[in-house]
Amino acid sequence: MAATLKDATAVVGIGQTAFAKRLPESEKELACRAVLAALADAGIAPSEVDAFSSYTMEETDEVEVAKAIGAGDVTFFSKIGYGGGGSCATVGHLAAAVATGQASVGVAWRSRKRGSGPRPWKNTAVQLPTPGQWTRPFGLLRPADEIGMLARRYMHEYGATRDHLFNVAMACRNRANENPAAMMYERPLTREMYMTSRMISDPLCLFDNCLETDGALACVIVSAERARDCRHKPVYVHSVAQGLPAQHHGMVNYWNDDPLSGPAWTAARHLWKHADFGPQDVDVAQIYDAFTPLIPLSLEGYGFCGRGEGAAFTEGGALEMGGRLPINTGGGGLSEAYVHGFNLINEGVKQLRGISTAQVPDAATCLVTAGEGVPTSAILLRS
Amino acid sequence: MTTTSAAVDDLLLPVPDEDGAPFWEYAARGELRVQACASCGRLRFPPRPCCPHCQSFDSEWRPMSGRGRIWSYVRPHPPLLPAYAAQAPYNVILVELADAPHIRLAGNLVTSADAPLNSVDPARLRIGARVQVVFTRTGGVSVPRWVLEKP
Ligand SMILES: [Zn+2]
Repeated sequence: MAATLKDATAVVGIGQTAFAKRLPESEKELACRAVLAALADAGIAPSEVDAFSSYTMEETDEVEVAKAIGAGDVTFFSKIGYGGGGSCATVGHLAAAVATGQASVGVAWRSRKRGSGPRPWKNTAVQLPTPGQWTRPFGLLRPADEIGMLARRYMHEYGATRDHLFNVAMACRNRANENPAAMMYERPLTREMYMTSRMISDPLCLFDNCLETDGALACVIVSAERARDCRHKPVYVHSVAQGLPAQHHGMVNYWNDDPLSGPAWTAARHLWKHADFGPQDVDVAQIYDAFTPLIPLSLEGYGFCGRGEGAAFTEGGALEMGGRLPINTGGGGLSEAYVHGFNLINEGVKQLRGISTAQVPDAATCLVTAGEGVPTSAILLRS
Repeated sequence: MTTTSAAVDDLLLPVPDEDGAPFWEYAARGELRVQACASCGRLRFPPRPCCPHCQSFDSEWRPMSGRGRIWSYVRPHPPLLPAYAAQAPYNVILVELADAPHIRLAGNLVTSADAPLNSVDPARLRIGARVQVVFTRTGGVSVPRWVLEKP
């Protein structure tokens, strides 16, 4: 039995479907295609799969996927809550299961039709959830409104500007322009487009928001020992963490003593404590970007800079290729696809295999993070 | 920016839970009250069954002065639910209570209790501005709204 998760498991297969505003396949079919692609990439037969992990918001459950792909007896399955906060924890749960002998071949996945599916704020018959009693009646309706509130305060407190948020949107878009699979491939963004675009929730404009996407992704996790016999260079799961801070209130973290210090800080403390390296040793990062302000907040939380320095960190091309910390090298949720952050996991694996469309030379370490602003998770990958 | 009264009446109403119900009952009487621990005295928001500091289940509802400052704000633009889209862009503010700075209530800055959500000139929205609570009767419920202390 492993006493630690450190490098005990590895990601050996990744798979994805096309990403588009509208795909003809059902979520279930997309899920199966992504899972089978990941297993084929690993060179592992579906009948060997004995563990599954996904999000609580995943509507294709493990029973359906296992049955459809022809999995064997399944001995471990888990679902992670809080939407995009769950992405990296799916890998973390499987790593724990495999490292402790509860299973041997784990599959994590996310399938989503958000591009062509319903949007809650367009539904007039929407049921108001009870925590919404403190926000919804006042017209704080959408995640963009909830994060916009924190973003405005952050800008006020630390002198962050829309130019800083543009730096984030631009870095992601530039990488997507290099990635043929990205929804924003060959669709450049300019500062003028950004500054004159319509507001969604002022201070956040259209380009501060992630894409609405149909698509699915999956990855395969096995023990480090088995990984050495797989088709590709193993990408080791070096450290994993979840984070639910004391007195946290989800996306409306307004009642926390310190609303601008989100779940990233909690996850980061655990993540680094169990790692052999620190933020300064990270070659490339995939940072959850449902909204641009999450990047400066996460850069601070994960220790790439000090409190209040996240916006300034984005200056001088720091997030671009060749910069201090290239991020979201597939284009991220802002410009590749918004599939609750699962594309960030697969992109991290591509970087450490050396096959990214925006490859960071000799990348050996990659941080991948899940949704900031909600109970979150993160993984450190190394080659 | 014209707002029909029908659209305003379609704004979402609070759906109180057991812990939150007293807040809305006091609001209906024109009182802004916050839950406090009856044992250690600490205020907490949102309301919940027990005190995170001393684990006591005894609580009371303490009256607030109704004064505060704007901690932050957003201005939502469509796509939004129809009743909100009809008034967009409007403001949503977060008010830090003068009596309890770590309790921040979401609300709207308006020119008077019954004015629309977009009644205040956006140029007047400012972090740190002093505000005072008022109550708006809508759909049989009273919701707190906020006016500038120096209009
Ligand atoms: Zn107490």
